[in-house]
Amino acid sequence: MLSYAIRRFLGALPTLFIIVTFAFFMMRLAPGGPFDSNRHLPPEIEHNIEAAYNLDKPVYEQYLIYLGKLARFDLGPSYKTKDFTVAELIGEGLPVSARLGLSAMVIAIAFGVALGTAAALNQNHSGDYGIMVFAMVGITIPTFVTAPILTLIFGVYGLQLFGFDLSLPVGGWNGGALRNMILPVIVLALPQLAIIARLVRGSTIEVLRSNYVLTAKAKGLPAYLVILRHVMPASLLPLVSYLGPAVASLLTGSLVVEQIFGIPGIGRYFIQAALNRDYTLMLGVVIVYAAFVIALNLVADLLYAVLDPRVSYKR
Amino acid sequence: MSIVSHSADNAAAIIAARDLSGRSLWVDARRRLFSNRAAVASMIGLTVVGLMALLAPALSPYGFATQDWNVVSCAPPWWPDSSVMCRAGGAHWFGTDAVGRDLFVRVLYGARVSLAVGFVATLVSLAIGVVYGAMAGYAGGTIDGLMMRFVDLLYSLPFIFFVIILMVVFHRNFFLLFVAIGAVEWLTMARIVRGQTLSLKQKEFIEAARAAGVGSAAIVFRHVIPNLLGPVVVYVTLTIPDVILAESFLSFLGLGVQEPLTSWGVLIADGANQMEIAPWLLVFPAGIMAAALFCFNFIGDGLRDALDPKDR
Repeated sequence: MLSYAIRRFLGALPTLFIIVTFAFFMMRLAPGGPFDSNRHLPPEIEHNIEAAYNLDKPVYEQYLIYLGKLARFDLGPSYKTKDFTVAELIGEGLPVSARLGLSAMVIAIAFGVALGTAAALNQNHSGDYGIMVFAMVGITIPTFVTAPILTLIFGVYGLQLFGFDLSLPVGGWNGGALRNMILPVIVLALPQLAIIARLVRGSTIEVLRSNYVLTAKAKGLPAYLVILRHVMPASLLPLVSYLGPAVASLLTGSLVVEQIFGIPGIGRYFIQAALNRDYTLMLGVVIVYAAFVIALNLVADLLYAVLDPRVSYKR
Repeated sequence: MSIVSHSADNAAAIIAARDLSGRSLWVDARRRLFSNRAAVASMIGLTVVGLMALLAPALSPYGFATQDWNVVSCAPPWWPDSSVMCRAGGAHWFGTDAVGRDLFVRVLYGARVSLAVGFVATLVSLAIGVVYGAMAGYAGGTIDGLMMRFVDLLYSLPFIFFVIILMVVFHRNFFLLFVAIGAVEWLTMARIVRGQTLSLKQKEFIEAARAAGVGSAAIVFRHVIPNLLGPVVVYVTLTIPDVILAESFLSFLGLGVQEPLTSWGVLIADGANQMEIAPWLLVFPAGIMAAALFCFNFIGDGLRDALDPKDR
């Protein structure tokens, strides 16, 4: 097992390396440097600025310098946000994004599993159809539509229901207050929740048909025990391998959600960097994101190998 | 009509009498598809939207970039909320935006861009994915292993970030938008095609072609690829909405299509900014885009059921 884990870890490193290389050279292909502006600077000042950021050296040398710094977790200075290094900016945004993403993931898994299992147990009945229609809506309607519409309902109009005030703030982070987190987390979780519900429904239906479930029922086990002890461990396995892609799409979704709700996470930094052509910051965020996705794919694979006795990790 | 109850002779006679030409997979699939109500309704709906987008200039007296400062952020004439600041008259069926442009025309022009990106980028992904997958599957062995390992590697990347970088680096070039999104979406296509090719490769007609001395490239292009059509068609219909989403996502973030050109994503972004004072700017583009995405998904599901009946 350990050797399998190590092998997979070593296999993930080249992926990260390729991402860094690819992203780096793409940035350098960009016409115009990061310090082009309408003001024309005297040539010697321009030269000094370029020298300060190593931009006067040949590209391959810049690449090696960047790799060298990266190995020491130094992502360089931000080109546009003066006096901040990329690492500082990411260090500020990452906890916020991580908290948002993790909450969304937990909610998506909890409700997705519950809804998917419920749908499978009521297969082809109204409950099942209702849940599947909900899932279809969740999958089809993109985050950048659900976010404004939910804000409109809960934030702008301030929904009142049975005398309860259900209004929520339209945006802002407010140090991560619960009220501020509800809408962004729901919006972020919704598509994943829907996909997970579909996935779990499919696998649960399959497991429900298997002989050992029939045996468990036949020996007189109460229904909830059959489901909890025999059905769910098997039906939730596909969920583990979906973990990697789920994290990737959560990250993508967080770009939109952070933008709409004005949350100071790294997704917003990334968009701002993209619009301002702040290459170092973009590169830094891409690397952090890629590292996350790769790491979680790795964790998912290892978890799968541990949980599923049919997967052999010796090879 | 059942011929099961007849004797074998009878059945043969009936078949001879009706001069059955034999139902091909495609005839069968079409029949099944057309009996799927959701899919048929979706096809009609999409055709209507597509035609309206094509005929946009003829459908409304307003230009998509013409500004009329007399009707700024005005509600549609029939808007139910009476507290709006102003109502646009005439043919402003969807109201007007913050610079006095007609929303109805803009939604249709947005449909043009979104649908065009959807189709063209899907074609790009189709071309890359089919050729790559068919080659990998047909070559087999080490080459296949290497090629698919490369796909696995790309799979694990958060690819939308690379599209964003591309858009930034190349100044939001419209043509590049197609290519960039298409280049992201080809991976699954390559996997599907490769799997199909692996099983096709064993078929007799491929062997016959090889025995007749046909070259590998000719076999791949003339014999393997035409036989991949079924699963590929299904996947294509499911890729189009994905691509439309990707484009809208970029446009929403301000990294896609640029003013005065528009797409559903741009319109939704606009609407989201002004939803407090002019909710119609959000409701119409979002509603129509969601409807179109639903249609594509229903057609894709219908096609899958029609072409692969055992999967139901």
